[in-house]
Amino acid sequence: MYSEKVLDHFQNPRNMGEIEGYNGMGMVGNAKCGDIMQMFIRVNDEGIIEDVGFKTFGCGAAVATSSMATEMIKGKSVDEALKLSNAAVVEALEGLPPVKIHCSVLAEEAVKAAVDDYRKRKAGEAGEAQPEEKKPEEENV
Amino acid sequence: MKRVYLDNAATTRLLPEVLEEMVPYMTELYGNPSSPHDFGQKAASGLSMARQQVADAINADPSEIIFMSGGSEADNTAIRGIAERYSKKGKHIITTAVEHHAVLHTCQLLERNGYEVTYLPVDEYGMVTVDQVREAMRPDTVLVTVMFANNEVGTIMPIAEIGALCHEKGVYFHTDAVQAVGHLPIDVKAMHIDMLSMSAHKFHGPKGVGALYVRRGIVLPPLIYGGAQERNRRAGTENVPGIVGMGKAIEMALDGLDEKAERMKALRDRLIRELPERIPEIKLNGHPTVRLPNNVNFSIKYIEGESILLMLDLNGIAASSGSACTSGSLDPSHVLLAMGLTHEIAHGSVRMTLSDETTEEDIEKVLEVLPMVAERLRKMSPLYHG
Repeated sequence: MYSEKVLDHFQNPRNMGEIEGYNGMGMVGNAKCGDIMQMFIRVNDEGIIEDVGFKTFGCGAAVATSSMATEMIKGKSVDEALKLSNAAVVEALEGLPPVKIHCSVLAEEAVKAAVDDYRKRKAGEAGEAQPEEKKPEEENV
Repeated sequence: MKRVYLDNAATTRLLPEVLEEMVPYMTELYGNPSSPHDFGQKAASGLSMARQQVADAINADPSEIIFMSGGSEADNTAIRGIAERYSKKGKHIITTAVEHHAVLHTCQLLERNGYEVTYLPVDEYGMVTVDQVREAMRPDTVLVTVMFANNEVGTIMPIAEIGALCHEKGVYFHTDAVQAVGHLPIDVKAMHIDMLSMSAHKFHGPKGVGALYVRRGIVLPPLIYGGAQERNRRAGTENVPGIVGMGKAIEMALDGLDEKAERMKALRDRLIRELPERIPEIKLNGHPTVRLPNNVNFSIKYIEGESILLMLDLNGIAASSGSACTSGSLDPSHVLLAMGLTHEIAHGSVRMTLSDETTEEDIEKVLEVLPMVAERLRKMSPLYHG
């Protein structure tokens, strides 16, 4: 049911885990539906995503789409990252089963949420003191 | 890589001895059992032999066995048949929240047609009690349908007690015994069962064949109309090779049933005992002891079922899950939710179902691989802060 590429990213996820000194973090999805994606980005002064990491609770497709999305935005500007579409992620993975397309949508949303968070922090910095590092919400499971 | 098959509740391997019985009914004894010539009559005697084997396995009379395509058709025939034939008696049905969809969706159809259905809730182990059934009974209750054993968590229902109650109250009693036949001793007379569904491929028989036991005296309209096969109770030329295979398979399953069950229980209990020692924060689903000898079901916290299955499969182990992602729907298993599990925990369930062919080596492989899988996936999980 999964392409070789999906299985590869599932077995050997790229950029997995929280990264050092991230300045943008987005978490999307919810455990009720069975998918949560968390994306960490570290953006440099030139607005380039220097490093990226992810954590995912979900199915094989959820892991693979998050892994692929991190590869596709690493080294890109935040503006370019915002242009990442779920269709591009699906294409890069050589397709997903129809019921799994929502995973790629989640990956796109996770990137946008991380960039959003980065921009909010930057706006905050310009104003007052640095905002407290946002911790992922503890899920009571 | 030697592959380990632990999805026997989904389906089982057809035994070579069963296949051997079936083959002549495809290649030589291929007559239509309704035909009076020798070809037909040889096929007909194959049918009656199988009917006797199936009847013997549950202490029924051969005339009480109707062959059909499988468990789903048997459930549909029983429930829709009673509703159609005995609606004058009343339009209330009692069932449980954890039935197979073949029962649940059939009950939902009847609700749309003016029936009232009580879905009994279950306790944390997935069990209903006979008192719950008693309290739900009304003067217009026409049918009680409760599964013999749950397909996901293996919990065995108090069928004999419920049967006795229904018998006392004069209410028809059907049980979906698809997971129980071939694993547990069943006596339809002693247990006061009026109708019982079974499916051959769950006990090393072929797919596409099953049977409904209907106690003598109950007249069910057929689900499928046509010829006079199965004494006008199920039309269509009989699946002779399949039925012959079912007969052989049930006979073999019943031979040494207790010893086989004990052996499987020992392997099952090894997983139930040792997996929690190797994987922190996992929860056994289903009753700890009143469960099918071949069923193990755990929820592994912080990770999701489909990715567990996928990683197990990549390591040569075939299992199953109540995760939504395996079914294409958003909700996880209705059984686990009915048992009070949260969505998160229900999504992380993994079911391993053994067979008589499962070995100690297979179990050791699971004990080695599953903890590794859990650890790898937990490292990826934003919910895990270990």
